[in-house]
Amino acid sequence: MKYETVIGLEVHVELATKSKIFCSCSAEFGAEQNDHVCPACSGMPGMLPIVNKRVVDLGMTAGMMLNCDINRVTTFDKKSYYYPDLPNAYQTTQWFSPICVNGRVDIETSKGPKSIRIKQIHMEEDAGKLVHDDWTDTTLVDFNRTSVPLIEIVSQPDISSAEEAIAYLERLRDLLRFAKVSDCRWEQGSMRCDVNLSIRPEGSDVLGVRTEMKNMNSLSAITRAIKYEIARHTRALETGCEELVQETRRWDDNEGKSYAMRNKETAGDYRYFPDPNIMPVVIDDEWLDRIEKSLPELPEVKRARYIDEMGLSEYDADILASSRALCDVFEDALAVCGNAKETANWIITECMQVLNKKKMTADMLAISGTSLGQLIKLVMEDKVSRPNAKRILAAMFENDIPDVEAYAKQSGFIVSNDTSFIENIVKEVIAADPKSVADFKGGKEKALMALFGKCMKQLKGNANPQVLREILIAEINKI
Amino acid sequence: MKMYVAETEKSVKNIVVDDMILTTDMPTSAGSRMLDGYMSLFEAQAVTKLKEAGYTVYAKANTGEFNLDLLGETSYYGAVEADGKLTTAAAQAVKTGETMAAVTLEVNGSGARAAALSGLVYVKPTYGTVSRFGTIPAVCSGETVSVTAADAATAKEVLWAIKGHDDKDGTSLPQEKCVADEVKEIKKVAIAKSLAAGEDAAKLEAVKAKLTAQGVEVVEIDAGELLLAKPAWNILMSAELCNNVSKYDGVKYGYRTPNYTDLDQLYTNSRTEAFGYLTKSTVLFGSETLSEANYYKVYDKAQRIRRVISEYLMKTFGEFDAVLGLVSSKSEYTLAQAQENKYIAYDESLYIAPAMITGIPVVVTGGVQLMGAPLTEAALLALAETL
Repeated sequence: MKYETVIGLEVHVELATKSKIFCSCSAEFGAEQNDHVCPACSGMPGMLPIVNKRVVDLGMTAGMMLNCDINRVTTFDKKSYYYPDLPNAYQTTQWFSPICVNGRVDIETSKGPKSIRIKQIHMEEDAGKLVHDDWTDTTLVDFNRTSVPLIEIVSQPDISSAEEAIAYLERLRDLLRFAKVSDCRWEQGSMRCDVNLSIRPEGSDVLGVRTEMKNMNSLSAITRAIKYEIARHTRALETGCEELVQETRRWDDNEGKSYAMRNKETAGDYRYFPDPNIMPVVIDDEWLDRIEKSLPELPEVKRARYIDEMGLSEYDADILASSRALCDVFEDALAVCGNAKETANWIITECMQVLNKKKMTADMLAISGTSLGQLIKLVMEDKVSRPNAKRILAAMFENDIPDVEAYAKQSGFIVSNDTSFIENIVKEVIAADPKSVADFKGGKEKALMALFGKCMKQLKGNANPQVLREILIAEINKI
Repeated sequence: MKMYVAETEKSVKNIVVDDMILTTDMPTSAGSRMLDGYMSLFEAQAVTKLKEAGYTVYAKANTGEFNLDLLGETSYYGAVEADGKLTTAAAQAVKTGETMAAVTLEVNGSGARAAALSGLVYVKPTYGTVSRFGTIPAVCSGETVSVTAADAATAKEVLWAIKGHDDKDGTSLPQEKCVADEVKEIKKVAIAKSLAAGEDAAKLEAVKAKLTAQGVEVVEIDAGELLLAKPAWNILMSAELCNNVSKYDGVKYGYRTPNYTDLDQLYTNSRTEAFGYLTKSTVLFGSETLSEANYYKVYDKAQRIRRVISEYLMKTFGEFDAVLGLVSSKSEYTLAQAQENKYIAYDESLYIAPAMITGIPVVVTGGVQLMGAPLTEAALLALAETL
């Protein structure tokens, strides 16, 4: 018999907010253990939750990026369970009225385009982290992650293969990163995925027995886990070698196997109920409009515009449109300097070079696009030489330079238009190197380059190469 | 009687707070072995406001465990009896003149009951007008910081010192509502017959007589709807308490059992040894009401009843300026009675449940309660001053 696979994904994404969801602790990743902790997020009695409005902003943004309806009155609920990483013994989440419902994500696979429906997106707090120490056989708790804001994106069971699951997850990641909802880093756990999977005879409209694999944290592991589970379910149905039960399973990526964790009978009853300490969040038209206006153009729309309207190559447009940070710097710089091709070159070549050196990704490009535009303009107007412009660019990565021309002047990076000054330097260089002059006159073109280089060095790069070259030849000819 | 005394000089304006209100110079234990000796890192907003207004918060009064009980009888530190009658430590401190007022967290009526039985004045203000920041959470949707004093003027003075909007409490009302003190003259009062049956019916008659003498029209109404408040409140109370005390597991703070070999035993034995019978029963009941199988059958129905009672009361307050009722079924309780009937607090919440479940203000005076529309506590207190 032929079987078809039915997959629904629950994706957790940590939101890119400065502070936690219900207190003012920093939500930043990577701090010393238990540094970002206060009485509220460590569950001391007497603290009350105050909703971080930025979380609601980003929840709405995610919903709009995924074509969802926004619930205008959205509430927070308590989900009770015991676990040492959960200091309140309940997680505040959205159960009865999540912020977004009924969305859609369009994907493209080898089988063509397909739409995956989104059931809902809800906001919630993350739990802390247990750190196991095998050496001393102890487990310690790090509460830094406790109450870091998350959204959970729940898809409908519309996915039918590992390939579709990956296409969906990649598209989700692109959209959310583009809208600055999250940095979506699998390796830091800011994007995690639960896979719900069942199989059924092809064409059947009855769902098979579903198993859930929790906390998957890489695309390759998800692919392997889905393939393994499909094989396991198929074998079970065909041979009867094992009875499929509705259960939560743990995927062991090293062994390439899944293991039963808990089944329906032992599953927790989370005793959800509305959190009486958090008033319903009412989203008015003004708030909705503000978020709608802040939405970015979709990456593919930007790409097309860069090619069609700005004349960039597909290669350049692909690179720029791969990251919201690059697009932002590009568009801001372009607005100042007006030359798309030149701006693209500066970002793709020069900026990327600095980023690579600093071992940073494109998303981490944080220089001011306006400043870059000013710099490009100065180069285009021959006011700053390219080598000096690169030095200024490097300085921009360290400090914000709001007035690039003033900075260039102050640092002695302005090209000299004073030809008599250049002539004097040229004369000095020629006088000090009669051998190169003779070589050039004897037909060695390379000797001119040596003299040119020495002059440029004396001028600290502040000369128009064309002008310098002309003066140099003129002076040599005078001899 | 009182558990902890701060190392402060007594002043002319001494206030006692109860064991549900966090202070940083005295332990706060919620009357529970679970939090025996617990020192908070921060203090309640009510305490901060009292200090700012020049009051001295000099001692902490014992309470029943999480203030769920009748009159403090479930406290880990023992019950308080005066002349063989059960009372609360806070009420006794006011009664003996040791403090000008007591600021307590009303959870299930013990504050109102103690004041009524001791002949004191008590006010539970409108929900959201006093910050709950820094109070040990028990039943967050209803619990309210309240004031007990010897007379209405003092109760008002202290209450207005702690009222006010607080950004640290998401249920806090806007400032102008918190401190609203417009006094509308009370001309028409209803006696709720559903809350009028009890040993203290004579006190109700006395208040009625005084009101009538002042020219206030007093009318009896059935108010059978208010009887629904008790079961609904019992359900909501148990559900929320169950959730709120889940975090006390003996790991980070509070009581930890010496009897354990693994984590499950640590949790189970700590909770078994530290919680009293009423808390345990309430946790079990609450857990059951919130279970997937019962949520819509039980918890959700209670929430609907909450709305029905609110609507009924708002309609009633359209016609009457206040509703009068008793606060307890008996005129006194002994410790033995409270211990014999373990669920007496569930039964006796009949009288306070309408106000707890809807958040309306209540003033107790002359052994009876006056309920009013939201934000009318100033008017109720003004009336109480004349009684």
